Amino acid sequence: MIHIIDYEAGNATSVKRALDHMGVASTITKDSDEVRGAERLIFPGVGRAKSAMRVLKETGIDRALTDAYWHRIPILGICIGCQIIMTRSEEDEANCLDLIQGNCRRFEPVQEHTKVPHMGWNRLAVKRHHPILEGLSPIDEVYFVHSYYPEPSESSHVFATSDHEIEFTAALGHRNLFAVQFHVEKSGPVGLRMLKNFAEWDGETDDV
Amino acid sequence: MLSKRIIACLDVRDGKLVKSVQFVDTKEVGDPVAAARSYYEDGIDELVFYDITASSDRRDIMIDVVSEVASQVFIPFSVGGGLRSVEDCGRVLAAGAEKVNLNTAAVENPELITEVSEAFGAQAVVLSMDVRKNDALAVLTSGYEIVTHGGRKPTGMDAVKWAIRGEKLGAGELVVNAIDTDGMREGYELILTRIISDSVSIPVIASGGGGHPEHLDEAFTLGGADAALVASMLHYGDYSVHDIKSYLDELGLPVRLT
Repeated sequence: MIHIIDYEAGNATSVKRALDHMGVASTITKDSDEVRGAERLIFPGVGRAKSAMRVLKETGIDRALTDAYWHRIPILGICIGCQIIMTRSEEDEANCLDLIQGNCRRFEPVQEHTKVPHMGWNRLAVKRHHPILEGLSPIDEVYFVHSYYPEPSESSHVFATSDHEIEFTAALGHRNLFAVQFHVEKSGPVGLRMLKNFAEWDGETDDV
Repeated sequence: MLSKRIIACLDVRDGKLVKSVQFVDTKEVGDPVAAARSYYEDGIDELVFYDITASSDRRDIMIDVVSEVASQVFIPFSVGGGLRSVEDCGRVLAAGAEKVNLNTAAVENPELITEVSEAFGAQAVVLSMDVRKNDALAVLTSGYEIVTHGGRKPTGMDAVKWAIRGEKLGAGELVVNAIDTDGMREGYELILTRIISDSVSIPVIASGGGGHPEHLDEAFTLGGADAALVASMLHYGDYSVHDIKSYLDELGLPVRLT
């Protein structure tokens, strides 16, 4: 059973629908004890890092998620869920969960036709193998909507990058935590396969 | 690099597709959910549903359609038509749409763009503009006018100025729908699409007039569009999504192939 964390930041239902379609059992939760006791967690989200952090603190889910991380529960972060696992975000200067060291930075394009947010379909360049990325082909694309991107301090935490004038981290992870900047639940069959891979992942990441 | 998006446009009235979609199974003709699923399986990048239901008390049917599409189709889609308030938009988004399209309601009440953007984020707000060439009115510095009510009602507003204002008010994307070329299948309105694309920093979607794959190439290269809306060229079965993308790929345009 996968627990999808609902913290008033959007797309928990979309993630649940995608899992239902793949025949993966899941439930949506707002309860910090359920988060602590979960077998597997998805941490989605759209919106702003600071308001997401505020809700997480109010509900105690910030600590529950940190506990879950240290108890080796497999966790998948999506979009804002990928940004607020970092140390902090340039967006509203928000302090975040600090599960993976590094900051979220804003796209500052110099070319006239590079638009922010980075919205639409883009390819991934895999930097390190990970079970969740299993089956991904070089021409596969995923759906992004974001103005900020995570920049881990440790390059070994970067699993895939994408390109929007600059190369940026699109998937990162450490131990039992994996996080993607794109929306797996809206990335067609490619994204659905990643969700399925997550459902089967043992929560181990190879050390480099 | 971002791929150029191809967005299929589906008109829905009372929960039924208005134009027939040829390659959908005969028994499913008229079912927007089945059409959406077919385009999804054929590789469409995004969908937009325009609810043209006349009576507002039948709008709940559209919410059911949205929720059903969201359970079967795992790409972004937006919904437009009859959305007049933050609450209307919230219902559509809660049912599973990523974005809402605001058109006439935004012209009549520009603050709506800001309210919806603040409530759900700019990425959820698509400002859809119906435009028509009009050289006769001096205030229209671009020579293009915003029209509403399906083109029947001129507003005296300049299309480029409205696009720039729409971005400032909080729109996350713009649809430039040319009423004059709509349904003609002779190509998109390239000049205005280009001017708007050069004037704003949010994505611009070309709409109205796509009949052949080369029209999409023109919209992306000459028009500077980030995405193009297609309707009849897909609905009548003349081209599949795959045909269009293969054509664009051979020309070297970035398109999503899987």
